[in-house]
Amino acid sequence: MSTGARGVTDAERLVIAAARLLVGRRTVFAGHGVPTLAISLAQRLYEPGLEIVYESGVVGPHPDRVPTSISDSLLVTGAECVVGMPQLFGYLIQGSRIDVGFLGAAQIDRQGNLNSTLIGGDYQQPQTRLPGSGGAIEVMAHAREVFVVIRMHSPRSLVSHLDFCTTPSPARAGKQGGSTQASGRGVSTLITPKGTLRWAADRGELILTAVARGTTVDDVVATTGWPLAVAGDIVEDPLPTVEELRILREELDPERIYLR
Amino acid sequence: MIGGPARAGRAVDSRRPRDKVSTLPDAIARYVRPGSRVALEGFGHLVPMAAAHEIIRQRIADLTICRMSCDMMIDQLLAAGCLRGLITSFLGNSSGGSLHELRRALEGRSTVKVELQEFSHGGMIARYIAGAAGLPFYPIRSYDDGDLRQVNPLIASVTDPFSGDEICVVPALRPDVSVVHAQRADRAGNVQAWGILGVQQEVAFAGKAVIVTVEEIVDDAVIRADPNRTIIPAQIVSAVVPCPGGAYPCSVQGFYDRDDAFFRRWSENARDEQAVPKWLRDNVYELPDHAAYLQRIGAALDRLRVVPAPSGSVDYGSRQPVSAAGPGLVVS
Repeated sequence: MSTGARGVTDAERLVIAAARLLVGRRTVFAGHGVPTLAISLAQRLYEPGLEIVYESGVVGPHPDRVPTSISDSLLVTGAECVVGMPQLFGYLIQGSRIDVGFLGAAQIDRQGNLNSTLIGGDYQQPQTRLPGSGGAIEVMAHAREVFVVIRMHSPRSLVSHLDFCTTPSPARAGKQGGSTQASGRGVSTLITPKGTLRWAADRGELILTAVARGTTVDDVVATTGWPLAVAGDIVEDPLPTVEELRILREELDPERIYLR
Repeated sequence: MIGGPARAGRAVDSRRPRDKVSTLPDAIARYVRPGSRVALEGFGHLVPMAAAHEIIRQRIADLTICRMSCDMMIDQLLAAGCLRGLITSFLGNSSGGSLHELRRALEGRSTVKVELQEFSHGGMIARYIAGAAGLPFYPIRSYDDGDLRQVNPLIASVTDPFSGDEICVVPALRPDVSVVHAQRADRAGNVQAWGILGVQQEVAFAGKAVIVTVEEIVDDAVIRADPNRTIIPAQIVSAVVPCPGGAYPCSVQGFYDRDDAFFRRWSENARDEQAVPKWLRDNVYELPDHAAYLQRIGAALDRLRVVPAPSGSVDYGSRQPVSAAGPGLVVS
């Protein structure tokens, strides 16, 4: 794993960048891993009122240690609310009550469409079969905005054409005429170990707005599978603060369950 | 073929006994038949793992398994030759990694074929709700223009008669038998559960028969002291099976935590295609029942036991005794 300034690992960069972007948000839908830590960090430092909704139906958990999965029983004990799947997907997600949805994927394209179904081959006989949608299709359609976290920045993960479009962004879904069923705006932000891409509404694509320390714009462009546009006001990541790193390393994930 | 009449009437069995306690082998033998469509549900919690192992032990073949979020149970059913079809929305080993037996089949690296019918979680939930409520299909505001719709003819669309807009629909799912795990039930099959509830209630109501395995059978009075906790009424339950540890390695709130290490080991070990049949031999075929499996894993389950964190209780109230209530209603 590469490390940048202050020995910051890729995983730590993803978490800290995501946590900073949660400022001003209220209800966040999270899966396992990086999003869990990012939300906890943001709650501690930037946005104490942040409300978490887990894919297992736990709303407002107060775990006394880092959960090891989204269905960890310690998320339930002491939580504010636990709902079943029909209520979670019907009322909270499809009912447009999520501000930020976190999603991961194996591939993303410039419009923010995601592939988590297969790599290579075709649907009938894929070379590598991946888990598929889970709840990603609904989160993409209905969260007000979506943050995507990709753990490897390469032309094989940021691609010009997806091997399979598991999760269409509302931008793609609305394109074909007729009414779009989506109520959200789709991917607003893509966070990778090398930088941050934001949705540029005027261009209808994701553009580079920040580069990680120790990386160059040229390197990010060269390792992106489409001709990546660069924002005029692009910045270098601000250094992680001592406080961010301390909370992350000593309090939130001391055993490095997610920070490996 | 998958689908089937959603609006078929429900047979009323007036002879259904009040005491439905059964052994696991008897319940599985009676309700799970070769070719059945079997839902095994539980979202990382209250997973009917022991029931899946009993299906394997009885070598019931050609099943179509309905399970929103897969886990190693699917690798096991597949390697055992029980699974022909899979209706699902997530094909990983929960958050533990890949299901390599399933991948070998889907990637054409084994002789086994799986008839896959794939949705999103929202689509699976919609199918169960329709099945439970006797609706032919259920609308869902997603799937616009994704590739899943291109490969799954059961994702369709209709015109909303009120707005004129198109909306996606998925057909009702009515399993021949729905199997869930829960914390407790009475002998009649009133099932109480808490914690992560997933689609336990919907899949039970969608099923043509319902088997519930529970950590403990409790007295009627325990159930009736807290009726809101009953998520599945005895009315729709075919068999209730005392089965402590029946969700292991998944968790049961208030009883035991999930064995995360088991999940990770499964995804690692199942890379070797010889490992899964060996696991089945040692842990299912050569053991007489679930109790023997629990003995075999021994301390593993004990390490996962939780300490008490009881709920507060609510007051349901009861009408005042007649004598204390005075002369009764006075109409002035």
